[in-house]
Amino acid sequence: MFDVLGVPPQVLFGQLLLGLINGSFYALLSLGLAVIFGMLNVINFAHGALYMIGAFVAWLLLNKLGLGYWWALGLSPLVVAVVGVLLEKTMLSRLYKLDHLYGLLLTFGLALIFEGAFRHFYGVSGQPYPIPDLLKGGQNLGFMFLPNYRGWVVVASLIVCFGTWFAIERTRLGAYLRAATENPVLVQAFGINVPVMITATYGFGVALAGLAGVLAAPIYQVSPLMGTNLIIVVFAVVVIGGMGSILGAIVTGLGLGLLEGLTKVFYPEASNIVVFVVMAIVLLIKPAGLFGRER
Amino acid sequence: MPDAVMTKTNAAQGAGSAMLEVRDLHGFYGESHVLHGVSLDVRQGEVVTLLGRNGAGKTSTMRAIMGIMGKRTGSIRFQGQQLIGMAQHKIPRLGIGYVPEERGIFSSLSVDENLTLPPVVKPGGMTVPQIYELFPNLQGRGSTQGTRLSGGEQQMLAIGRILRTGANLILLDEPTEGLAPVIIEQIGVAVRALKARGFTIVLVEQNFRFAATIADRHYVMEEGHVVDMIPNDQLAQNMDKLHTYLGV
Ligand SMILES: Nc1ncnc2c1ncn2[C@@H]1O[C@H](COP(=O)(O)OP(=O)(O)OP(=O)(O)O)[C@@H](O)[C@H]1O
Ligand SMILES: [Mg+2]
Repeated sequence: MFDVLGVPPQVLFGQLLLGLINGSFYALLSLGLAVIFGMLNVINFAHGALYMIGAFVAWLLLNKLGLGYWWALGLSPLVVAVVGVLLEKTMLSRLYKLDHLYGLLLTFGLALIFEGAFRHFYGVSGQPYPIPDLLKGGQNLGFMFLPNYRGWVVVASLIVCFGTWFAIERTRLGAYLRAATENPVLVQAFGINVPVMITATYGFGVALAGLAGVLAAPIYQVSPLMGTNLIIVVFAVVVIGGMGSILGAIVTGLGLGLLEGLTKVFYPEASNIVVFVVMAIVLLIKPAGLFGRER
Repeated sequence: MPDAVMTKTNAAQGAGSAMLEVRDLHGFYGESHVLHGVSLDVRQGEVVTLLGRNGAGKTSTMRAIMGIMGKRTGSIRFQGQQLIGMAQHKIPRLGIGYVPEERGIFSSLSVDENLTLPPVVKPGGMTVPQIYELFPNLQGRGSTQGTRLSGGEQQMLAIGRILRTGANLILLDEPTEGLAPVIIEQIGVAVRALKARGFTIVLVEQNFRFAATIADRHYVMEEGHVVDMIPNDQLAQNMDKLHTYLGV
């Protein structure tokens, strides 16, 4: 078969697929961060830890209760959402009147506590999580081999991302959310209970992280540090896409995953820093991010 | 209004003689004390204005009624119910619609979304076609971004969206501010139509020539409290006094 710039197609497409998978996780996580930031004005540093908790809940469901992947797919995000709602009600909501920095510090501290606690009980080594039977095996596409589970992760995260985008940009509930993001006082003056909306938004945003955790469990191992490793890149994605932009988070997440994959093929030494190089360039040229609006 | 009718309305309202009754209202933004004992009454079906110089406390009075002010003391009764201490999002649900001075059109919402955003709180609100009939300028603009409308159209949208909700008391903060005379005329026609439909309206106005064509009574505010009340039919006799109050 033909080579692209001296690279065999199997290698190229293999790395592009890996990039697309990473990009799916970037998209899901940065989408949650964007939704939360838009409504709460809080940069949720606990996002990576909640992603990790999502994966651990799946692992615990399997190993303690014998409930498999499909159960976890529904239950884990729910558990993480409940954790998020409790955090918002008892702690975060007390900080809205203060500088945004306090919300960031609180969630950063929470992330350290969660990760420390899981490390204490489960150690740093990863726990394997099996691929569900239904998604074992793969497809030979001719130019590459596609493992079924990886295909599923890409499709599932695309559906969730664009479903969320649709719900926010095209529905009545989404109109409340957009309006409350813009002018919460006036929305409240129309008789809508904005504090409840804020709590629900936080719960939904972190549920997306929990869902990403379950999707990740069979690919990466379930480990207390899995969130820390990922979240740094995700924050760079959010900065590049533009704080609070829904579509920006999705498109930038997928795009940067692919870019990382391409860099691995053509210049592997740079693959770990390419996202941060892009971030620096974007910040210089368009400080509000590619999809962000200057405020 | 004949006495018999008046009494009947009062009985229907339960307590007090006014639909909205504000007594000795004090309001604060953080540490700063901006309302110093506002008292006023608005009867069902009336159009009442708040006149006063810049900074007199007109907007603050409306914000205090809506509960969007840090701290309030005194009494605000709407159809007999005390609003001070009530949860903020419950106040509009009693049937009070607020059109803020800055209009508050959402830029991330289309005209249609802006129009249908405020939830319906009572039966008997106007339908969207009726609102378009009142403000023909908005017709056909449904998918436009809210803030792409002209200032006058945004004002019509800000008023229109409240009419759907079934609110029977409307707080209108300077609806003519910064608008061209032809647009002011259109807004005037609309406000008169609303009055004819039975809406009760509290109107903040700097432009009292406009106010005089619509209102039943005028409250004059100075330094955070009401200093005078002038019925519209005695406006002519009180013109000198009013000029002094408003510094025009
Ligand atoms: N958010 C705020 N924080 C602190 N003080 C405020 C705030 N908003 C208004 N004030 C002050 O409260 C006083 C009353 O203001 P208000 O906006 O109620 O006046 P107004 O009569 O509506 O004036 P205008 O005709 O200019 O709209 C003013 O002294 C103003 O400086
Ligand atoms: Mg004002």
